[in-house]
Amino acid sequence: MNEHQLDHAKEQIKERVDEVDKSLPVGTSGVQKNRKKSKKVRSDVKVLQVNNLQVSFRTYGGEVEAVRGVSFDLHQGETLAIVGESGCGKSVTSNAIMGLIPKPAGIIKNGRVLFKGKELTNMSKPQLRKIQGVDISMIFQDPMTALNPTLTIGEQLTEGLRTHKKVSKQDAKQKAIEMLELVGIPNPTERLKQFPHQFSGGMRQRIVIAIALICEPELLIADEPTTALDVTIQAQILELFEEIQQKTDISIILITHDLGVVAKIADRIAVMYAGKIVEIGDKRAIFYTPEHPYTKGLLNSVPRLDLVEEELQPIEGTPPDLFSPPQGCPFTARCPYAMEVCDHVYPSTTTKSDTHAVDCWLQDERAKVLQELS
Amino acid sequence: MQKYIIKRFLMMIATILIIATLTFVLMHLIPGSPFEGERTTNPTIQANLEKFYKLDEPLHVQYLSYLKSIVTFDFGPSIKKPNESVNDLLARGFPISFELGMVTILVALLSGIILGTIAALRHNGLIDYFAMTFAVIGISVPNFVLATLLIQQLAVTWDLLPAATWSSPLHMVLPVIALATGPTAIIARLTRSSMLEVLTQDYIKMARAKGLSPVRIIIRHALRNALMPVVTILGTMLAGILTGTFVIERIFAIPGMGKYFVESINNRDYPVIMGTTVFYSAFLVFMLFIVDIVYGLLDPRIKLHRKEGDA
Ligand SMILES: Nc1ncnc2c1ncn2[C@@H]1O[C@H](COP(=O)(O)OP(=O)(O)OP(=O)(O)O)[C@@H](O)[C@H]1O
Ligand code: SF4
Ligand SMILES: [Mg+2]
Repeated sequence: MNEHQLDHAKEQIKERVDEVDKSLPVGTSGVQKNRKKSKKVRSDVKVLQVNNLQVSFRTYGGEVEAVRGVSFDLHQGETLAIVGESGCGKSVTSNAIMGLIPKPAGIIKNGRVLFKGKELTNMSKPQLRKIQGVDISMIFQDPMTALNPTLTIGEQLTEGLRTHKKVSKQDAKQKAIEMLELVGIPNPTERLKQFPHQFSGGMRQRIVIAIALICEPELLIADEPTTALDVTIQAQILELFEEIQQKTDISIILITHDLGVVAKIADRIAVMYAGKIVEIGDKRAIFYTPEHPYTKGLLNSVPRLDLVEEELQPIEGTPPDLFSPPQGCPFTARCPYAMEVCDHVYPSTTTKSDTHAVDCWLQDERAKVLQELS
Repeated sequence: MQKYIIKRFLMMIATILIIATLTFVLMHLIPGSPFEGERTTNPTIQANLEKFYKLDEPLHVQYLSYLKSIVTFDFGPSIKKPNESVNDLLARGFPISFELGMVTILVALLSGIILGTIAALRHNGLIDYFAMTFAVIGISVPNFVLATLLIQQLAVTWDLLPAATWSSPLHMVLPVIALATGPTAIIARLTRSSMLEVLTQDYIKMARAKGLSPVRIIIRHALRNALMPVVTILGTMLAGILTGTFVIERIFAIPGMGKYFVESINNRDYPVIMGTTVFYSAFLVFMLFIVDIVYGLLDPRIKLHRKEGDA
């Protein structure tokens, strides 16, 4: 692979991304709104700082190193998307932030999670509960199973509020009605008395969002919030996220497989692979000037509605086994640019700009020299 | 709801009718009659007696008058104890059996659910192993064996508790333990396994993400869902306990219905057999009905009326 080829690849991706942008299911209006938003000034307030987070699970087969040193910051009002293949540790990362790693199998081996400067990883459970659901909320993937089938929507909406903030039953109910209105559920007063099975999937996800937002959290973690929904509902839910963010300045961590979703609402993107963030940067940087071969591969494997005939290019191979993760770059086995060094030593982080960073040996000056020689 | 209750009520009547008919047929299929004792009765007297109790009439006539006695709930006097009516026996024996049965089911539910829940929460821990060992033993040891062991150990050897009769709460302890151990074990196992499943559900994770206290999560979110299977088996369990009371009452000399019931069959005391059987089946059918209603209340997805919600 020479410089020319590499440039060619970049060029191709650039074109692709433009097409992806255009072919979003939501239509152009959403994209334009989005373009405006991504120009907004980034707040200096860091809501969340994750430093070298390492999470493992003890299983019968041995120890799974699910998250192997993840670091990132999240600013106020910002949406960070975490993307990556299944099993790369996205959910484990978000559960760790939320303090929901299942004990005793799961262990946070190392690292710190700071929420507005407060260390979460060594907090006692009662202390943590004062933050869970109040300052940090979470939305789960499957709205069909996230609601308790035996409790009314009203009970599920108000219980967090009643537990954390000392509000009267009447006020809580009022707030619940407001929340249902906010997420676009008609007849909220009557709907409060109904049970989850009386709502459609899209409606349930709106309710889940309402529950997550009722205590006015500063950070929302959404783990594949639209994966289980059909495309139209997906677009509606994403628009709801944007609307809420404009109203409340909430920070969002959005976990998804879907680059279309990312293109629509993310400000920044973290690309995860085998328990590590291999590239992180502004949405534009990741889409237009991706540096990591894995990121490029991901962008190449995006299905597009406008170009049906052209073959998708899925990344060949499978991710490494996390029971014994490789010493070097975990992408080596699948990377078209892999070099000798990749197999043995994990690449250090190269900062491309103050928001764009990548872990890849190709960024090393010596690798560049090597490429020129060849 | 109303429609459902009416429908269920009609079905209950039909069920009782079928049981009553089967009882009648079976009763007349067993050889022998109330007057064939060890002492051979004079044939004339026997004929007179049969006439008095209308046993000489053709079977279908007997069947009809039997049905009438069910509807009017008047089964007439016992044949063996002519100065007592079947209703007298029921009034005397049933409250005691009922008390034994109800205390047993309450004890079984309470201890089974608590044991099962703790076992699930301490999954694979010491308490879990202990509880499940107890459960296996509890399920496999028959209640009459347990009853005899309890009497021998706690009443005779250690003299801690009274061995027989039914005259104070203390007297209840041994029979209730004997009768409740099996059901407790079954409920504990069922609660544990369904609790373990419920605890992995997303809505439990969501409840934790809300920052609710563990106690609240278990009681409000987990238990209610985990108890569904328990409620489902409650019906059959009640039937088991009911028949169990007959055996236990005999062992502990408790003057409940069990004694009369067993005696009446040995004696071919037709009115008593019919009366108690019909009464018990009506009671059981009614309890099953209540269980269904409770099930519907616990799980809103089960619609007692047929109208579809806007799902
Ligand atoms: N409770 C657990 N016990 C054992 N291993 C676990 C557990 N939870 C997660 N893992 C392992 O951790 C790794 C990362 O899982 P995670 O759920 O974070 O993946 P993900 O990126 O969210 O994937 P997906 O896109 O499929 O949701 C996987 O290899 C998984 O097998
Ligand atoms: S470090 Fe090596 S193997 Fe890993 S992505 Fe870069 S070039 Fe490929
Ligand atoms: Mg996941």
